[in-house]
Amino acid sequence: MTPLIAAHRDTTEVERVFREVYGQAVATLIRVFGDIGLAEDAVQDAFVVASERWRSEGIPSNPAGWIVTTARNRAIDDFRRSVRGRELHGQLGAVESRSDDPDHSWEDDGPVGDDQLRLIFTCCHPALRTEHQVALTLRLLGGLTVDEVARSFLVSESAMTKRLVRAKYKIKAARIPYRIPSDTDLPARLRSVLSVVYLIYNTGVDDTDRTSLRSDAIRLARSLVELMPDEPEAAGLVALLLLNESRMPARTAGGALVLLGDQDRAKWDRPMIEEGHDIVRAFIRRDHPGPYQLQAAIQAVHCDADTFEATDWFQILTLYDHLFEVMPTAVVALNRAIAVAEVEGPNAALTAIDAVAADLDSYHLMHAARGTMLRRLGDSEAAKTAFERAAHLAAAEVDRRFLAEQIEEFSHNA
Amino acid sequence: MSQYLLSTYAVEGRARAPMEPEEMQTFMERVHALEAEMKASGTFVFTGRLHDPDTATVVRSNEGDLVMTDGPFVESKEHIAGFYIINADDLDAALVWAGKVVDAINHPIEVTPFFDMPGS
Repeated sequence: MTPLIAAHRDTTEVERVFREVYGQAVATLIRVFGDIGLAEDAVQDAFVVASERWRSEGIPSNPAGWIVTTARNRAIDDFRRSVRGRELHGQLGAVESRSDDPDHSWEDDGPVGDDQLRLIFTCCHPALRTEHQVALTLRLLGGLTVDEVARSFLVSESAMTKRLVRAKYKIKAARIPYRIPSDTDLPARLRSVLSVVYLIYNTGVDDTDRTSLRSDAIRLARSLVELMPDEPEAAGLVALLLLNESRMPARTAGGALVLLGDQDRAKWDRPMIEEGHDIVRAFIRRDHPGPYQLQAAIQAVHCDADTFEATDWFQILTLYDHLFEVMPTAVVALNRAIAVAEVEGPNAALTAIDAVAADLDSYHLMHAARGTMLRRLGDSEAAKTAFERAAHLAAAEVDRRFLAEQIEEFSHNA
Repeated sequence: MSQYLLSTYAVEGRARAPMEPEEMQTFMERVHALEAEMKASGTFVFTGRLHDPDTATVVRSNEGDLVMTDGPFVESKEHIAGFYIINADDLDAALVWAGKVVDAINHPIEVTPFFDMPGS
């Protein structure tokens, strides 16, 4: 049975590499071909070749380069064979020369990150509606399958396929450009890009099979800072992601979520926290706050405390008040309520949560927070009901396990 | 180079108040300046302003015979009122011109790409 297990492990490894290099390969090939559909098909073809060869010969040192070179060579061969290809031949100067060396020549036109940035600005173009922006970015840059994107949006695979086809059709028909916007357009175009990157990160938090999305998101956010060093919100996003990421090693135990108060803070990634703190200090000096900087500042306060009890909750509540001014959403109000519990007690927090309960009825964390406050107030019956509702709504496995533990405890204590 | 339709729509029963002569003059000045800029840059292809939709005549084929009638028209609360057809490299370039048109006419517009014509 051993070979079977080994083969299975290899398959998983190959799939992991595919996922990691998908965005890079597609982004580079879109630049080369000038066409999203063509690039996607070529990468898919190359993956088929790779999945056979890598299993027998091992994974190459530069898998993304291998995929791009293979995809490009196969696409060139297809062009030459087809009538359409002969017509297109003149237009495709960039793909004229076949290359057999996977480690060179495919990134001649600038750093790979630039391709991904171009693609993210195309995917997040304001001419596309937000749900299309996010879907495209997750599919093209995150390397999620259509079904995975569909599940993260709670829609059917066929509905998501339609959505992606429509979005890609608009990019092509309307000629949404594949390039980094001009300086004057950049700030306006940045907002949707930041929210899409943050969503990619959170997809990687919720789904343990997608942890590479977290590093993808951090990498993309860092590139945005390099591109726009004067934009404090881009730096704010990097700090927010780093400070969240620093706590990931302590965030789960035995496949279940561990709350901030119960986390082993020795497991937090200190260098990441230090980098996050440095960025936060720099933008506090600049004093041009925005939603991402304020969220990062809140996380910076959490990461600054040696123990949960030592947390400066007054400062956190003040920051949430400020955040709610610039971003008056129900989710911000809910998170603020958690800080209210530590400053004013669970009763005030419950009142604050109930004020947004109707808006967030399908959000599992609202019910979990309600359950927590009700439990602290001694209403076990209502608390258990709230946790059960949360467990029913939670999509992420770590959340479900955590909530199951909470519900289980009620029967022990009954 | 692609072509885009920049179209503005009139909503039925919501006619804009007629302009004062002075207002009309500055409006026309803005539009003429914009069109001069479009022509100088090779952007301009065509422009038109349409009469109300009930001035249209419907032509259809009825078992081989052409029939002309005063309606019935496509049911829509909004009707195309005027348009530009422009040349632009890509959507971003078209949107810059769209912004200038909106500034000149003070009315929202839609930017729709034309199919690329073979051989053009």
